[in-house]
Amino acid sequence: MEIEKFQYDNKTVKWFAYATIIWGLVGMLGGLIIALQLVFPVLNFDTAYTTYGRVRPIHTNAVIFAFVGNGIFMGVYYSLQRLVKARMFSDLLSKIHFWGWQLIIVLAAASLALGKTTGKEYAELEWPIDILITLVWVVFGWNMFGTILRRRERHLYVAIWFYIATFVTVAMLHIVNSIEIPVTLFKSYSYYAGVQDALVQWWYGHNAVAFFLTTPYLGLMYYFIPKAANRPVYSYRLSIIHFWALIFLYIWAGPHHLLYTAVPDWAQSLGVVFSVMLIAPSWGGMINGLLTLRGAWDKVRDDVVLKFLVVAVTAYGMATFEGPMLSLKSVNAVAHFTDWIVAHVHVGALGWNGFLTFGILYYLIPKMFQTNLYSKKLANMHFWIGTLGILVYAIPMYWAGFMQSSMWKDFTEEGQLQWQFLDTVTRMMPFYAARALGGTLYLVGVIIMTYNLFKTVAIGKFLPNEDAEAMPLSENYTPHSKDHWHRWIERKPIQLLVVSLVVVAIGGIIEFVPTFLVKSNIPTIASVKPYTPLELEGRDIYIREGCYTCHSQMIRPFRSEVARYGEYSKAGEFVYDHPFQWGSKRTGPDLVRVGGKYPDSWHYNHFIEPTSMSPGSIMPTYTWLLDDDLDVSSLKAKIKAMQTLGVPYPDGFAEMAEASLRKQSQEIQANLKKDGIETSSEKEVIAMIAYLQRLGKDIKTVSVNNTK
Amino acid sequence: MKFINYLQSISGIGIFPMISLFMFFTFFALVTIYVFKADKKYIEHAKNVPFEN
Repeated sequence: MEIEKFQYDNKTVKWFAYATIIWGLVGMLGGLIIALQLVFPVLNFDTAYTTYGRVRPIHTNAVIFAFVGNGIFMGVYYSLQRLVKARMFSDLLSKIHFWGWQLIIVLAAASLALGKTTGKEYAELEWPIDILITLVWVVFGWNMFGTILRRRERHLYVAIWFYIATFVTVAMLHIVNSIEIPVTLFKSYSYYAGVQDALVQWWYGHNAVAFFLTTPYLGLMYYFIPKAANRPVYSYRLSIIHFWALIFLYIWAGPHHLLYTAVPDWAQSLGVVFSVMLIAPSWGGMINGLLTLRGAWDKVRDDVVLKFLVVAVTAYGMATFEGPMLSLKSVNAVAHFTDWIVAHVHVGALGWNGFLTFGILYYLIPKMFQTNLYSKKLANMHFWIGTLGILVYAIPMYWAGFMQSSMWKDFTEEGQLQWQFLDTVTRMMPFYAARALGGTLYLVGVIIMTYNLFKTVAIGKFLPNEDAEAMPLSENYTPHSKDHWHRWIERKPIQLLVVSLVVVAIGGIIEFVPTFLVKSNIPTIASVKPYTPLELEGRDIYIREGCYTCHSQMIRPFRSEVARYGEYSKAGEFVYDHPFQWGSKRTGPDLVRVGGKYPDSWHYNHFIEPTSMSPGSIMPTYTWLLDDDLDVSSLKAKIKAMQTLGVPYPDGFAEMAEASLRKQSQEIQANLKKDGIETSSEKEVIAMIAYLQRLGKDIKTVSVNNTK
Repeated sequence: MKFINYLQSISGIGIFPMISLFMFFTFFALVTIYVFKADKKYIEHAKNVPFEN
């Protein structure tokens, strides 16, 4: 057999690398802006497009799907070709993949700024973009499998297993979580409601962390650490166990985001058990990465690439130790809804994903441009300023989290809550300021890197097609007589894909089957009624403005929460919530029982200037709600969509909906007038007030009736 | 909040966690056995795949 000559495609890798850097800068700048908005609310600029509630999803989507997403593709396109000794399957598919992904990012940023959102965290994009994501993802998979099938190395290296698991699991998560009923081109309702929606969403949310932020990066770790250190991975045996155990366990752990909520107890327990077990494969992977450097630690001192990779893997180890701990119910009771969680995710995002990406960039760019890095000194500076940035970010956030939580739970000797919620907010200001400083440092590091890499590109000469040669695979492979079943998987990418899918589907199926049984088993609360048309429109504004990014709608069964907010939340209360709006962070107070707590005029004034009602509040102003007319053009379609989803509006209600909406609007207008506020009944704020005043009312009626 | 009613109203729900644990254990055991039985030469080859270009 003759040696075949071929070329690796570096061009696509280069594009993805540039996109990684640019979107990284954009996404991190977004993060810095929202961090500063919490300290200086004036930076919300009193404009819808720039308020926290809209910029925060832009930040999260940009860093996850734009920065890390392009980072994944950069690393996969580089390493996959070299691991299978073949050029990417199709240059055209590579091109479609690259430009398609960038198009998604631009559409995502624009639509989120415009308030087009599904209101489900990390899956905010509306249905047309969801479809586009699916198509581009298929192109990626097609290109990847095409390459693998044409390979010249029979054994699929462990990194490729991680890539394949990433492909198949992200596809599954994205499709299942995005099932929604379109109402208009940019408005849809989640197919699931309340408790079910929460379970599906956090099954997705948790595994987006697992299969978008973790498995592809573990694959990159298994390629780039050995390459940078120039020695093979510590234990290949361990990597096999690491892979299977990790993908098997991760998929179950979603419910740990919903501890003490209205999600059934058995699902919570299942989530806890699997989350705790996850520490084993996670640390197995970390140890495998770090021990690859055994006997080569002196290299870490000189090689900036290794420095970044080592800190990345260490941060991974810290975050994956913390994750299982946070899943313990007693720890979660303290940490949930606080800034502790923000610290936790940023150790992962800044440390693990960020530093691994930077390490790879410092490795790849000089290689592809056939030169040395422009300045080692600047790269070292980036390393130190970045590390410092992570510390200055994370430590104040941990501190803030503990403080918030204990202030929420403090009682006086007389048994009264010690602190107003607002006290717990104003106390956070120094910590939020420190966090913004940490973020600034980190961003400065990235700017230094951008300059350094730009200079490297300028002095180097790009090699678009890299020559390589290898023997083709023999046509007839004769397995060893003692061949093991696992070898059969390792040689065959399709089998690997199928087995991975089965492994990740098991967890999902076992969690969901009872979840869907829950529908018929939710103790229905007779007094819980569907939203009125005006409240439904108000709820859609609540979703549009991203209120859920700061306000939870879930009272946990703790004395401190019941005393502060009222009766704890029941599963039956959320049966008409498409999508659920439980939230994951309490920068502001919980709102699930806010209905009737304040007069309509309070809310009106609060939207104009929150500090006029709550001095010291950091909530943005929402004056456009007072100016803009409520758009009821899709009301009919919305009611019909809700009916399709099983919300029991009477037959023909869609036709009467607008009349009902007008009537309720006028009541609120009259209420406001009593308090001296003159406004048209057609403004958005009227719908918003209607929704807020409805929250928790259903249950209150019950307790009043019971006491009679 | 004990959602004991779910455990009572969905018949046999208690079996779910047991099934999951059993499946994981079996799977994990099989992978571990394989890994320790795997051919040393083969593992060495696999380990060095990144260095063959």
